[in-house]
Amino acid sequence: MKIAFEVNGTAREVDVAPMRRLLDVLREDLHLTGSKEGCGEGECGACTVLLDGVAVNSCLVPVAQVAGHAVRTVEGLASGDMLNAVQQALVTHGGTQCGICTPGIAVCASAILEREPDASRGRLRELLAGNLCRCTGYQRIIDAVADAATRLPERGR
Amino acid sequence: MTDYLRPDSLEDALRARDEHPDWLLLAGGTDVMVGFAEKPAPSGVIDVFGLPGLCGVSREPDGTIRIGAATTYADILRSPIVQSDLPALAACVREIGAVQIQARGTLGGNVGTSSPVGDTLPVLLALDARLELASARARREMAYPDFLVGYRKTALAPTEIVAAVRFPVVPGRVQHWRKVGTRKAQAISKVMFAGSASLSPEGKILSPRIALGAVADRPIRVLAAESVLEGQSPSEPLADRARDAVISAIRPITDVRSTAEYRSTVAGNLVRRFVLGLGDAPKA
Ligand SMILES: Cc1cc2nc3c(=O)[nH]c(=O)nc-3n(C[C@H](O)[C@H](O)[C@H](O)COP(=O)(O)OP(=O)(O)OC[C@H]3O[C@@H](n4cnc5c(N)ncnc54)[C@H](O)[C@@H]3O)c2cc1C
Ligand code: FES
Ligand code: FES
Repeated sequence: MKIAFEVNGTAREVDVAPMRRLLDVLREDLHLTGSKEGCGEGECGACTVLLDGVAVNSCLVPVAQVAGHAVRTVEGLASGDMLNAVQQALVTHGGTQCGICTPGIAVCASAILEREPDASRGRLRELLAGNLCRCTGYQRIIDAVADAATRLPERGR
Repeated sequence: MTDYLRPDSLEDALRARDEHPDWLLLAGGTDVMVGFAEKPAPSGVIDVFGLPGLCGVSREPDGTIRIGAATTYADILRSPIVQSDLPALAACVREIGAVQIQARGTLGGNVGTSSPVGDTLPVLLALDARLELASARARREMAYPDFLVGYRKTALAPTEIVAAVRFPVVPGRVQHWRKVGTRKAQAISKVMFAGSASLSPEGKILSPRIALGAVADRPIRVLAAESVLEGQSPSEPLADRARDAVISAIRPITDVRSTAEYRSTVAGNLVRRFVLGLGDAPKA
C-alpha cells in the first residue's frame, strides 16, 4: 500500500504493508535510525516520535495511520549543526549515558516544552514517565529539561 | 497481505464491518499492536481511529454525558464536561499509561479489549454507564454489566462497533477512584476500585456502587457490599462490614503482579476508606 506522509518537514512516500510499525518504516525504509527500539511494547519510550506535534510510541503505530500526517523524529530536532535547547541541555548536564533512551527523551521533552514551558520538575517527571532510562537515574535528565525550559529561543536567551 | 480500510464516516465503518465481520477493528492500537507481528495476521483491518462520528465528549438532550468510543484519553482529560461531572473517570484516565499511550489509547479500545485490568471498566460499572452498540442494521443500548460475559469476552456481535459510552448525571453524587500498582505510570494495576453513592439529607448512603478490577475474570460490582451500605450512615463499624463483605465476595488470583491475599486485603481496605470518606462528603 502506498502511504504518503511528512517526515521532518519533507514529503515522503513509502510502499509498504499497512500494519507495519511506523518505527520499522522510519528505520528500515527511510533510514532514520535515530528512533530506537527498546521494548517494542509501548513501555519504554525509546521509539517516541511526534505525530502532528504529539508524542507517540512509533512501535505501536501502524504506518497506515500516519498517512496524510506529519511525523517528527529526533533527526528533525536540530537545525543543521545547532542542537535544540533540550538536546544541548542533555549534553551539558550529562543527561545521557548509554544513549538508548536519549532520542525518545529529547523528542518527548521538546514536545513538552512547546506546550508547557513552565512545567514544574514534578510535572516534567509525570510527563516523561513513559520514557525509561536505565543509566542516569533521571536526575540529570530532569535537570537538563528544566534548564532547557529557561533557554527556549522564544524566551530570547 | 492484510487489507486496510480507513472509513470516513461511521456509516462506512459499519458497512465495512458488516461485509467483513472477521476483520480486525483498530482504534489507537495500544493493545492491538503489542506483539502484533507474532500473532496470526488478520485478513483485513478497519481503522476507526479519529473517525468523526466516534470522537468527542458531549452533553446529550436527555442529560447524559456521551463519550464517543474512539475518543482518546488525552481528549477525555481535556474535556471540561469530564472534569466537572465525571471526576472518577478523570482521575482514572490521568493514571493510564503515560502521555504517549494517552495520546492514542481510546475508551472504546479499553472496553473492546475488556481485560480484567482495564482501568476504566470499574468506573463504567460504578457510574452506571450504558453502551451504544451500532451495526449497519441496528442500534442498541446496553447496561454495561450485561456487556461483560466472561474473561475478555463481551456481548459485542461480530458486525457491531461500540459507538459510545453514556453516563447518567446524578447531581450531588460522590465518585471515587483509586488504583494500586507498582508505580503510577505504565504499571498494570494490582487492584482498582471505583465507587459512587448519593447521600440523603440525613447523611444516609443511597444507591451505592462498589466496583473492582483485577480481582476476578472480569471487572465486577460487589452487590453484597452495596447492600450492606444501602440506607446506612457512614461509620467505622459500617466501613468494616463493607470491607468484610468485599473480602468474602471476591476470589482474586495470585500472579506475577501480586498475590490473592494482597489483592483481597487491599480491595477491602479501599472500600473501607471509601465508606469512611462518605462521612465527610457534603449531604444532598
Ligand atoms: C505501555 C502501555 C501502557 C498501558 N497502560 C494502561 C493502563 O494504565 N490502564 C489500562 O486500562 N490500559 C492500559 N494499556 C492498554 C491500552 O492502552 C488500553 O486498553 C486502551 O484503552 C486501548 O485502546 P486503543 O484505542 O489503543 O485500542 P486498540 O488497541 O486499537 O483496540 C483494542 C481492542 O478493542 C477493540 N476496539 C477498539 N475500538 C472499538 C470499538 N469502537 N468498538 C468495538 N471494539 C473496539 C479492538 O478491536 C481491539 O480488540 C496500556 C497499554 C500499553 C502498551
Ligand atoms: S520501543 Fe516503543 S515504547 Fe519501547
Ligand atoms: S542513558 Fe542509558 S538508558 Fe538512558
